[in-house]
Amino acid sequence: MPLELEVTPFHYSQVNKIIREHISKGEREFVLRGVNGHRYLFAGVSAEVSAVIYGTPGLDLGAFMRGPVIRVFGSVQDGAGNTMDHGKIIVHGMAGDVIGYAMRGGKIHIFGDVGYRVGIHMKAYMDKVPVIIIGGKAGDFLGEYMAGGIIILLGMNTIYPERPIAGLFLGTGMHGGAIYIRGKVRENQLGLGLKPYALDSDDEKLLESYLKEYCDDFGLDISEILKEDFIKIIPYTHRPYGKLYAY
Amino acid sequence: MSTPIFANFHPDFYVERLWDKCIKCKRCIRECTYGVHIWDEKKKTLKEDHTKCVGCHRCSAMCPTNALIIRRHPSDFREHALWTPWFIKNIYKQADQGGVLLTSTGCALPYKNYFDHLVIDACQVTNPPIDPLREPMELRTFIGPKPEAVEVEEVNGRFRLKKKLPPVIRIEVPIMFAGMSYGAISLHVHQGLARAARDLGTLYNTGEGGLHASLYEYGANTIVQCASGRFGLHIDYLNAGVAIEIKIGQGAKPGIGGHLPGEKVTEEISKTRMIPVGSDALSPAPHHDIYSIEDLRGLIFALKEATEYKKLVFVKIAAVHNVAAIASGIVRAGADAVVIDGLKGGTGASPTMFRDNIGIPIELAISAVDKRLREEGIRHRTSIIASGGIRCSADVVKAIALGADAVYIGTAALIACGCTMCQRCHTGKCPWGIATNNPELMKRLPPEVAYEKIYNLVKGWAHEIKEMLGAMGINSIESLKGNRDKLRAVGLTREEMEILEVKHAGE
Ligand code: SF4
Ligand code: SF4
Repeated sequence: MPLELEVTPFHYSQVNKIIREHISKGEREFVLRGVNGHRYLFAGVSAEVSAVIYGTPGLDLGAFMRGPVIRVFGSVQDGAGNTMDHGKIIVHGMAGDVIGYAMRGGKIHIFGDVGYRVGIHMKAYMDKVPVIIIGGKAGDFLGEYMAGGIIILLGMNTIYPERPIAGLFLGTGMHGGAIYIRGKVRENQLGLGLKPYALDSDDEKLLESYLKEYCDDFGLDISEILKEDFIKIIPYTHRPYGKLYAY
Repeated sequence: MSTPIFANFHPDFYVERLWDKCIKCKRCIRECTYGVHIWDEKKKTLKEDHTKCVGCHRCSAMCPTNALIIRRHPSDFREHALWTPWFIKNIYKQADQGGVLLTSTGCALPYKNYFDHLVIDACQVTNPPIDPLREPMELRTFIGPKPEAVEVEEVNGRFRLKKKLPPVIRIEVPIMFAGMSYGAISLHVHQGLARAARDLGTLYNTGEGGLHASLYEYGANTIVQCASGRFGLHIDYLNAGVAIEIKIGQGAKPGIGGHLPGEKVTEEISKTRMIPVGSDALSPAPHHDIYSIEDLRGLIFALKEATEYKKLVFVKIAAVHNVAAIASGIVRAGADAVVIDGLKGGTGASPTMFRDNIGIPIELAISAVDKRLREEGIRHRTSIIASGGIRCSADVVKAIALGADAVYIGTAALIACGCTMCQRCHTGKCPWGIATNNPELMKRLPPEVAYEKIYNLVKGWAHEIKEMLGAMGINSIESLKGNRDKLRAVGLTREEMEILEVKHAGE
């Protein structure tokens, strides 16, 4: 039986305290209802637990966390998955700015659109490869300074049909990882020195496996997603600033 | 004809070999990491490539017969007050290579050093000085927020505090070690700093490069840093120390991020930073989750919440024009300590223009921030940690009298380890084994040596501070904090004195 919690009357700090107490007693499943701007939920929690959240979590959902799998029936505010280490955040709505900043592992699956500066400075190390999949569109600076990991942008479930799939400065300064985009972007949207590439068969395999999990999470049909071609954006060098200096 | 490299025509240093002493043992060849000393197999003798010498004095120090003298190159340009060799040679370098001039350590330009224009008071006749060898003298300092007032209640005939005090960190000397990342400096220096901090009862700071596995045991004396690159930053790391420092900026390069070049990312560094071997470690200029004071508050409380309010959160900024207003915002955002790094603060790598031209002197910044926080009635909510260009214990005393709670030292600790200020840390070839992680070079400074030297330095300073306090008739460092009456200015303008809130000598 999951622990059911109606959090409306509580400050975020109290909610986290209750969660931590129950984790230390062995509770592994949580259902939070009435979440309304509560910040930092599950921040720094290091445990293999799962949570279902109803409502709109506030800033930094799951920041620094290692392990929890959080499903949000609602949208999330800025900073979800900030410097997250391991675990998963599934968002049935939209997400705000700076999602997955400096994320080093785990997955973030978002059904709808995201704001600005998503996936900045994600990084990968050994078997830790963070993944962000965005069902809708993204604002400026997606994947800026990216040092590793994978961002997949679908542009399908959006409330902004008039907007381009991604904003400007896409992948600026990226020096690791890859961004996959369903459809096309104009070259002037890309960060300096970047170019879109066609996918090879390895990319396709990888993409399919990630998308399969994404579709399972939201009950979507993968063949619908794969109907359109993807492009790939990867760094043109792992040392973007190697030649900047005079000694 | 190939393009001439102008910079190579005019070496900075001249390596003089005293042939009557040289025994051709070739030690100098092995010691110099810049390839200055060369063995000429044909002539069976030693040669020097003066152009490569950085003036680190490693070879002359290690020469078994003292046969080497390193001096400024005697061939001069015609004197010109404006176009000094510094500017001429920098232009050559850039004309040769095109690019941003890179350097290390702190500001090298001779701006007015305010510490050198402040003198300290002492007791004469009307109140007696205190002898620290005879009487207790307290350097203990508490870092962190203090309550506005303490309320006491009586329970069963005993008095106790009504509300629990907010957590603070106790340090036994008001001197801590500034954030210098593992990567910028060697693991051995980190190990030395950590041990010295533990034995001195103070704190050292990991810098932004993560925490090496061997250093977790020093947690009670550790400040872990959270910088924009978030390298090696995970929940165990955040929980490892007693405080977390959000690094917004540093005095040697305000407004820009850090950049550890791929060459320096070795196997061990890669493990600690959690990035692949050989890839650049780029720290963006801003934290991209902080674009405002409100965002800063967001990160401060994210860190507090993630560590269950057991850690203090410091915020480190470079001293810039509006430092007082910024510090006020930082305190309101919830920082338990504000670290201010002045113009003279050092670094392992910084663009020369930034190191030498951006930021304001720490003395003015401390005073301005202290004053502003007092005026706003929030001084007690935070500690001020002053950093950048603290060279001796008198500088520490002056910084505290101007309003700091404690200071950070960085460069001074490295000089204690043998650094000769050659200002080439960014090359990763530090011949003294300090600013390098080359396994061979690291051996030149074993952790025990680093520990002993750093420990000795701070012990010496601590005693000097006690002597100076005693001379002023004060028996606790707490009574010196912000006590500007113990300072007088020599040769400062009215305006400068107003900012420092000190009177002129004789007043
Ligand atoms: S060891 Fe240092 S001082 Fe000696 S030649 Fe090499 S760079 Fe110059
Ligand atoms: S740490 Fe080493 S490279 Fe840096 S200034 Fe000192 S001696 Fe030179």
